[in-house]
Amino acid sequence: MRDIVTPNDAAIHLDHVSKVFGKPGSSGAYRAVDNINLDVRPGQMLAILGKTGCGKSTIFNMIAGLTEPTTGTVRVDGRDPFADFDSFRGKMAIVFQSDRLLPWRSAIQNVELGLEMLDTPVAERRAAAQHWLTKLGLGGHENDYPHALSGGMRQRVSIARAFATNANIMLCDEPFSALDESTAGRLRAEFVRLVKENGKTAVFITHSISEALEIGDRIVVLKRPAMIAYDVSFDTATDQQQRELIRSRIGEVLAA
Amino acid sequence: MSDAMPQAATPSLADNVLGMAKRLGMSVLPFAVVIALWQFASLFFPRFLFPSLIDVFWRCIDIFSTGSMFADVLATVFRILAGLAGAFIVGGLLALLMVRSRAIDRFLSPILSLFQGIPALSWVVFAIIWFHGVEFRIFFIMVMTTLPSFTFQVLGALRAMSRDLMEMVFSFRPTRMKLFRVMIAPAILPDILTAWKVNLGNASRVVVVAELVGATGGVGYELLQQQQLFDMAGALAWTLQLVFFVLIVQGILTLIENTAFRYRAVSERVI
Ligand SMILES: Nc1ncnc2c1ncn2[C@@H]1O[C@H](COP(=O)(O)OP(=O)(O)OP(=O)(O)O)[C@@H](O)[C@H]1O
Ligand SMILES: [Mg+2]
Repeated sequence: MRDIVTPNDAAIHLDHVSKVFGKPGSSGAYRAVDNINLDVRPGQMLAILGKTGCGKSTIFNMIAGLTEPTTGTVRVDGRDPFADFDSFRGKMAIVFQSDRLLPWRSAIQNVELGLEMLDTPVAERRAAAQHWLTKLGLGGHENDYPHALSGGMRQRVSIARAFATNANIMLCDEPFSALDESTAGRLRAEFVRLVKENGKTAVFITHSISEALEIGDRIVVLKRPAMIAYDVSFDTATDQQQRELIRSRIGEVLAA
Repeated sequence: MSDAMPQAATPSLADNVLGMAKRLGMSVLPFAVVIALWQFASLFFPRFLFPSLIDVFWRCIDIFSTGSMFADVLATVFRILAGLAGAFIVGGLLALLMVRSRAIDRFLSPILSLFQGIPALSWVVFAIIWFHGVEFRIFFIMVMTTLPSFTFQVLGALRAMSRDLMEMVFSFRPTRMKLFRVMIAPAILPDILTAWKVNLGNASRVVVVAELVGATGGVGYELLQQQQLFDMAGALAWTLQLVFFVLIVQGILTLIENTAFRYRAVSERVI
C-alpha cells in the first residue's frame, strides 16, 4: 500500500529532517522532530495524526517555510520553502491551529488578506472574500471585528482566508477542532470536495482518527519525538472492513 | 426587580442630558478647583505674586489678538512639532534597526540610555558651542532630548508584536511594504500614539529652555521678558499658551485613538 514517489515529482519532500529547539547540544535542547522522511505526491491528501505535543505543528511550520529544519532538507515543489520564501507567494494556503485573525480588521478584510498580497483588484478580492464567508455560513458578519465573533466563527473566517487565495498546496493544522461536530462534518466534506475538484495537494493535521480517515487518502501516524510510526494509503476502493482494520491498527500504534 | 429594569435599559432624554452634564462637570472640576484657589490667594497677596486671573485672562486675549505675539506662540508650537517629528522619524528608524539586529541593539541601547541622563540644559550649552543657527540649535536640542524615549517606546512596541500574527502574515509572503502596512503599522500604532502623548508633554517643557539659545521670539523668549519685568500675570499668560497647546494636541490624539481603535474588545469589568 506504500506510495513510491521520487523526490523530483513529490509536491512535498522531507529528507532526514530533524528539528531541535534551543541551542543544539546544550542541556536545554529539545528534539521535537527526529529524522523524518516523507514524500507527498501532487494531489494527495495527507492526514498527519499524532498525540498532542508530538511535533505535528513543528513539521507543519517547516513545510510552510516559517521554521528552518535543524538538519535535513525540506522541498516544496522542488524548492526550499525557508530559503526561497518569497517564491511561494500565492502557492500555499495555511489554516493555523488558532484563528490568528488581525484584530484591527473586520471579518471580510481578514479574508481579503491573502489576495491583497497577490495584488488582486479590490472589487475582485471583495467578491472572493464575500463568496467564502457566505459559504462558511458567515453571511451578515462581514463587517464584524474578530472580538465580536465566537471562537468557531473566528476559525471559520480563518478557513475562508486560506481558501480565498486558491493556492495549490493547502496546509491545515487542526482546522476544525474548534467547531461542533455537525459543522465540522459539513466543512470536512466541503474541504475534501474542494481539494479533489481542484487537484490540490493537502496536508491535514489532526488528532482525531475518524477525521483522518474521513479526510485523507493517506495517513501518517507520528510518535514522540515526531517520527513516523505508521504510514498507510487508501482510496475509494478501500472497503469498510479494511477501513476498520486501519482504524484499529492506528489505535494500537498510538497506544503503544 | 423586573419592574425597575425597563427604565434602566432605555435611559430617557433627561437622564442623557444629566449624564452628559455630570461627565462635563467631572472633567472641569479639577481646573475649577485650581482656578478658585489661585483667585482666593490673589485676594490676600500683592498683585506681583498672585495676580487676579481676570488680568491673566485679558493678557491671554491680548496674546491671541496681537499678531506679533501670536506669531511667538506659533513659532514655539512649530519648534515643538518639528523636534518631535524629527525625533520620531530618527527614533523609529533606530528602533527598526535595533529590532532586526541584536548587535545594533547592544551598541545603541547604552548610548541612548546615556543620552537620557543628560539634562536639557546641558544640550542647550552643547548646542550653543557646536552650532550657529538659532533654529537649528533648538531643533537639535528638541531631537536629542526626546530621541531616547521615542526609540525605546517604538522598540518596545515592535518587540511586543504577536509572533503568531506575524507568522500568519508571513505565510502569505508579503513584500516589505505590505508587511509594514498590513501588520507592523497597525500593531504598533496604539503605542506610537501613547509615545507622542508622553513626549509632547516633555517637549513643551524642554522647548522654553531650548529657546534660551538666543531665540528672539517664542514663548521661552517672552517668559524671559516677563521675568525681567517682574510681571507675574504676563508669565502666567505665556505659560498658559503652552498648556493650551498641549491640551489641544492631547485632545486630537485621544480623538484619533477613539476612532482608530474601535476594533478593540472592551471588557465590561474594569481593572
Ligand atoms: N518554539 C519552540 N521552542 C521550544 N520548544 C518548542 C517550540 N515549539 C514547539 N516546541 C516543543 O516541541 C514539541 C512539539 O510541539 P508541536 O507544537 O509541534 O506539537 P503538536 O504535535 O502540534 O501538538 P498539539 O497537537 O498539541 O498542537 C513540544 O513538546 C514543544 O514543547
Ligand atoms: Mg499543534
